[in-house]
Formats: sequence, structure tokens, C-alpha cells
Amino acid sequence: MIMPLIKGLKYTLGRFFSKPITIQYPEERREVAPRWRGIHYFNVDENGMFKCVACGLCAAVCPSKCIRIKAGEDEDGVRYPMEYEINAIRCIYCGFCVEACPVDAIRMGSKYDFTDYHREDFRLTIDRLVTQDYLDK
Amino acid sequence: MALLIESIVKVIVVFGIFMGCVAYLTLLERKVLGRVQVRYGPNRVGPFGLWQPIADGIKAFFKEDLIPANADKPVFIIAPMITVASALCLIAVIPFGDKITLFGRTIYLRITDLDVGILYLFAFASLGEYGVVLGGWASGNKYGVIGALRAAAQMISYELALSLSVIGVIMISGSLSLSVIVEKQAHLWNIVYQPFAFVFYMVCALAEINRTPFDMPEAEAELACGYNIEYSSMKFALFFMGEYAHLVAVCAVATTLFLGGWQGPFLPGVLWFFIKTFILVFFCIWERGTFPRLRYDQIMHFGWKILLPLTLANVLVTAIVMAL
Repeated sequence: MIMPLIKGLKYTLGRFFSKPITIQYPEERREVAPRWRGIHYFNVDENGMFKCVACGLCAAVCPSKCIRIKAGEDEDGVRYPMEYEINAIRCIYCGFCVEACPVDAIRMGSKYDFTDYHREDFRLTIDRLVTQDYLDK
Repeated sequence: MALLIESIVKVIVVFGIFMGCVAYLTLLERKVLGRVQVRYGPNRVGPFGLWQPIADGIKAFFKEDLIPANADKPVFIIAPMITVASALCLIAVIPFGDKITLFGRTIYLRITDLDVGILYLFAFASLGEYGVVLGGWASGNKYGVIGALRAAAQMISYELALSLSVIGVIMISGSLSLSVIVEKQAHLWNIVYQPFAFVFYMVCALAEINRTPFDMPEAEAELACGYNIEYSSMKFALFFMGEYAHLVAVCAVATTLFLGGWQGPFLPGVLWFFIKTFILVFFCIWERGTFPRLRYDQIMHFGWKILLPLTLANVLVTAIVMAL
């Protein structure tokens, strides 16, 4: 009867002197897996321009219908998105938009703790998707 | 007059240090439990979380002070006070150091030296349980009543074994005065003569202060905190403080009775007393992080059928050996 109790005490004392495995969250962050599907961003080319051609495939494939896209054409007849908006609150982070994109314009980052104070701040417009201001906040 | 001033100064200093230790014991407990569970414990408030007890105190102070409609109001209010007061009274008879000379006066490092010190200790240790019993009863809550009943049953069962475990020490020392008991241990600690009594004492003491693995009265999982379920704000904080003050007091008594009190080589007596008490307190936290709570019938079985005969046998063997 006594020996198991002492064994237990020994085990917990060993744990007491071991290093805690806690990741101290705001200072330390957990490394995400390489294929982690975090919040989206727009991939930019060497000129710093985003690649989206407003084909609408991402909006079509999106299961939660959180992508709104309005296509336009410039004077050369090249399509570009006049308006593009991801509603990050509705998004389920399935990554279908990334798979569907034919020009590798949209990607998913590694940020998993996208938080903000207002609903408006979760509307990811073109400007925000390109500058990625929410990614390293 | 000089004696009065000396006593007042001693009381203020000792209680101040004691309450400071109790406050930081809450932090120590959370830290040690954290490390046992391979995490850090509180480390956000101040360096290493050192301001945590102060933050807790401020928080408890500003909480709403609720008294339930069914409660027996005067008893409900007085119960936490009983718990804290009785725990504080325990420290009054414990000698924590040798005599020192200050301003030409010889000062004994203890608040008072009663001839019936151990009797006094047991009286106040049992009184502490009244706070729990009355608090649970006066809450007007079923969980509280069950917790109170368990506390009462547990007190009756383990008080007996607790007293019997100390009788061996009293027989060896031939005195009930704690300072005499400490002086008798100058060469060899009582734990050498009474190793089993020490183990029994620690087990009973854990039961007496309702601590894991004997924390029946508050058993979170089954009684939703038991006796203190209806308490909030500073009343809850008082219960909390009382619990930890009891823990320190019980460990200080164990130090005095079994581990030679303040006696020890090289270091000053007060420091020895602190070190020994700290080791015992650490053990109490350590075992809390290790052992699960016993079932109610197991506690009763253990108390009456195992602990009581063993302590009785210990007393008997001590008596026979001393007679020979």
C-alpha cells in the first residue's frame, strides 16, 4: 500500500524538476505545419502587383460564399477585380479558393489568431489582402 | 509595562510575517502544482508572478458580497472569521527561536509559553473545523450542508488519531509545554524515537485541515466546493486564508513536535524553524499534486480501522519501551 504512494510522489517530483512544456503564447508562438491554412493574402509579382484576373473561380468554389468579386477591364482589355472582398468571419478556411485559382493569386498564410475589435475589420479588401497588414499584427 | 509592549510587538511581528507567508503560500502552491503538471503556474503579474497574491486580494475585495436569502445571517458572517482566527491562534504557542537579548532585555522568541501548549493547540485546531461546519450549515445550500456534515465526521474521526499520534512525544518529553519539548530535542529529534507517529501525525493533519487527499468537505467534483459554495468576496478569501494558515500552523506544530523546532547547527534558530516548516509545507503541496481524493467511505475506513489502531499501538509500544 505504501510503495505505490511513494512511487507516485517520486514521479511528480521528477515532473516538478522538468522543464515546463508551456508555449508562452503572446511572446512565443506555436510553429504551424507547412500546409497550414491560415488567413488569406494576395500573392504579388515582381512588380508588386497582385495577380488576380477576376475569373471568379474562387467565388464560385467557395462553400461558405464569403468571397465577393466584381470584375472590370482596363483599356487593354485585361480583366482585373474592381472589388474583391473576403469576409473572414464567414470563411471556413477550407482552402478551395487557393486550389481553384488558375494564376496563383490568392494564398493562405500562417496566421491562426486573426482577432480584431469590429466586424468591419474582418472584411479583407484588395488593399488589405495586398499589404497584408493583418498578417503580422 | 515593558512586558506588555514586548508582547504587543511580538504579536504584531509574528502575525505580520505569518500572514505574509500565508499570502505567498497561495502563490507557492499554484507555482508548485503548475510545475508538477509541467506548466509554469502564474507568471504574468509582476516578475515571476510575485504580485499575484496582491492582485488576488484586490480582486476578492472588489467582488460583490452576497448573502443568500436562505442563509442564517449571523452564523454565515461569523464562520469564516472563526476559521481564520483559530488558525492564527495556533501560532501563538509555537516557539520559533532561541532567546535573544535586545535593548538589555532577554526576549524569548515565542508569543507565549503555556504549560498546556499541546492541549491549547488541539483545542484551537478543532475550533477551526467549526468555521467549516457552521459556514456550510448556515449557507442554506444542500451542497454546503453535505460538505459541513462531511467536515464534522472527518474531524471526529481523525482528531482522535491525531491526538494519539502526539501522545508518544508527550510521554518522551514528559511535558505539554512546547518550549520544553523543543529543548528536550537538542541532541536527538523526536522523529528518531517516533518515526511512525510523525507519519501518522502528517496524515491526520492533512485530514484535519481538509486537504487533498482528504478534501471531502469541498470536493469540487461532487459537491461543487461544498461548504464554501455560497461564499464570495472577502468571506471566501477569509476561508481561503484560514485554510492556508492552518496548513502553515500544522506544519509548524509538526516541526516543533517532531523535527526539533528551532534547534539546528550553524544557522540561527529562526531560520532553522523556517526551513523545516517550509519543507513540510512543500511536502503538503507536493502530495496534493500527486494523490487523488479518497472516497468518503474509504476515508472513514482508513481513519477508524487502520489509523486509530496503529496510533494506539504506537502509544502502547512507546509506553512499554519507556517502562523497560
